[in-house]
Amino acid sequence: MRHPLLEVRSLTTHFFTEDGIVRAVEDVSFEIYPGEILCLVGESGCGKSVTGLSILKLIPIPPGQIVRGEILFNGRDLLKLSEKEMEGVRGNEISMIFQEPMTSLNPVFTIGDQIMEAIQLHQKLNKRDARKKAIEMLDRVKIPSPEKRIDSYPHQLSGGMRQRAMIAMALSCQPKLLIADEPTTALDVTIQAEVLRLLREIQREMEMSVMLITHDLGVVSEVGDRVAVMYAGRIVEYGPIEDIFHEMRHPYTRGLLESIPQLEVKKTRLNAIPGQVPNPLNLPEGCKFHPRCPLRIEDCRREEPPLFEVKEGHYSRCLRWKECR
Amino acid sequence: MNERGMTSQIKFFWKYFKRNRLAVGGLTIILIIFIVAGTAPFLAPYDPGKTDVSLKLKPPSLKHYLGTDQLGRDVFSRMLYGARISLSVGFVAVGISIFIGILVGAIAGYYGRWVDSLLMRLVDIMFCFPTFFLILTVVALLGPSIFNIMVIIGLTSWMGTARFVRAEFLSLKERDFVQAARALGLNDRRIIFRHILPNALAPVFVTATLDVATAILVEAGLSFLGFGVQPPAPSWGNILTEGRTYIFDAWWLTVFPGLAILLTVLSFNLVGEGLRDSLDPRLRGRR
Repeated sequence: MRHPLLEVRSLTTHFFTEDGIVRAVEDVSFEIYPGEILCLVGESGCGKSVTGLSILKLIPIPPGQIVRGEILFNGRDLLKLSEKEMEGVRGNEISMIFQEPMTSLNPVFTIGDQIMEAIQLHQKLNKRDARKKAIEMLDRVKIPSPEKRIDSYPHQLSGGMRQRAMIAMALSCQPKLLIADEPTTALDVTIQAEVLRLLREIQREMEMSVMLITHDLGVVSEVGDRVAVMYAGRIVEYGPIEDIFHEMRHPYTRGLLESIPQLEVKKTRLNAIPGQVPNPLNLPEGCKFHPRCPLRIEDCRREEPPLFEVKEGHYSRCLRWKECR
Repeated sequence: MNERGMTSQIKFFWKYFKRNRLAVGGLTIILIIFIVAGTAPFLAPYDPGKTDVSLKLKPPSLKHYLGTDQLGRDVFSRMLYGARISLSVGFVAVGISIFIGILVGAIAGYYGRWVDSLLMRLVDIMFCFPTFFLILTVVALLGPSIFNIMVIIGLTSWMGTARFVRAEFLSLKERDFVQAARALGLNDRRIIFRHILPNALAPVFVTATLDVATAILVEAGLSFLGFGVQPPAPSWGNILTEGRTYIFDAWWLTVFPGLAILLTVLSFNLVGEGLRDSLDPRLRGRR
């Protein structure tokens, strides 16, 4: 069996706010294997971004704190590393790209300066070699005439170009893992597809692993290998993409899939999951999804269900997973 | 600081700045004063320290453009050398004050929490002192010299800069590019000085310009009171104070240094305001 590149074990991240403790991520465990794309899916506020930020230890402390857990990257527990050692991991072994390409680039520097900065920092290249490498990276993310574009300021580029520049920056040091936090959400649909294709292509070329954080199941179906569905800070279903899409075993996943609009089926109303995302300060007892769940039984109220193994590599946090399909 | 980043910003606001005629006028005057101060030894017709009692208190003439003082020294030459002192006091003092202000403000704003509380209370305490009297006391203790005056003005005028650099940092540090920079593995020092600071510099330039005017005034005030630049070294302030005795007999001894101070301070203020208007997008539409 292959060894996972990243192994997250019982990660628990809380925010200690004035109004109380926000349990943003609770006992989350998953693995990412070399060369695969793991999608972390869920509604906004379910803790998927916090999970991504926790891996790089970018949670603002305070109010945030990683309370428990282990994050093993190539066998090394990132949570035990010093801030100085983490700086050597960030951007070098694990990179992250963010949702808003408009604001994730520093407006006063050219994109070239920003890419070169990462290269010079981690690879100790001189300025000329770093520039050459930056042009190479821009070419790789298919930015036309990279020798010219390298001296552009972020405001001179379109949204799609900026996201490509961000990707070039994140990948300039050949990281083994890329955490992509909603990388296509802020882009329009045609560009989304392009950026996704590019990401997939580069990921294969560089044999890199990707953790793709998204709320868009369309994105998942396009590029994902395995999927972890999150709800209220927990992973509720976890497995290979085919299983999640065709043999889901959790009512929340089913709700998500049914709420995707479909062209072929003529319907007056879109299916929606009834109810609202629970207030993170005041989560329900037992299964966090039970107030909205069509399959709920008395037991769901009592205690939080564990992750049941549906079959090898496919897990569901539902007491009635056998009946849910 | 990045060279190309600066050029682009400068180009951008020059477009707006040049529409403000008063500010452009101020900038021209400042440039002239600069050149004059820089080339004083070549421009000055006489040695500013050379006395000739036979020529004392002569009114302005073609020989002595701005007349002579009670010791027969050429006022025009003394004014030229005085410009050097006024400008260097202004710039060095503001340089010190900006340096401290940026450092304190950046650290307070970026780290927040107790660091912020501590530094901002320090700012509050510094604000409590009546600065001018604090300066007088220190000068009285350490002795008046140009160096002491520059340092002490700098050390007592950084608080305003610190406050708004902090405010800029508070909002800038929440921006996505800061998070992105951290995700690339940059350390705090690099993020503070290379990534956030350039975004916060525009308003610093504005206050710096206005502060230069204030520093020049403070120096003139100190010299006028005799706590500043010591005679025989000429400064606009002490030319003024020496001329005070003869104000009814030799008006040129007080009017010209007074005008020079007025013009310089006014120019710096006009430029400061012009900078502010052209850097602040909300004020741009006005002109």
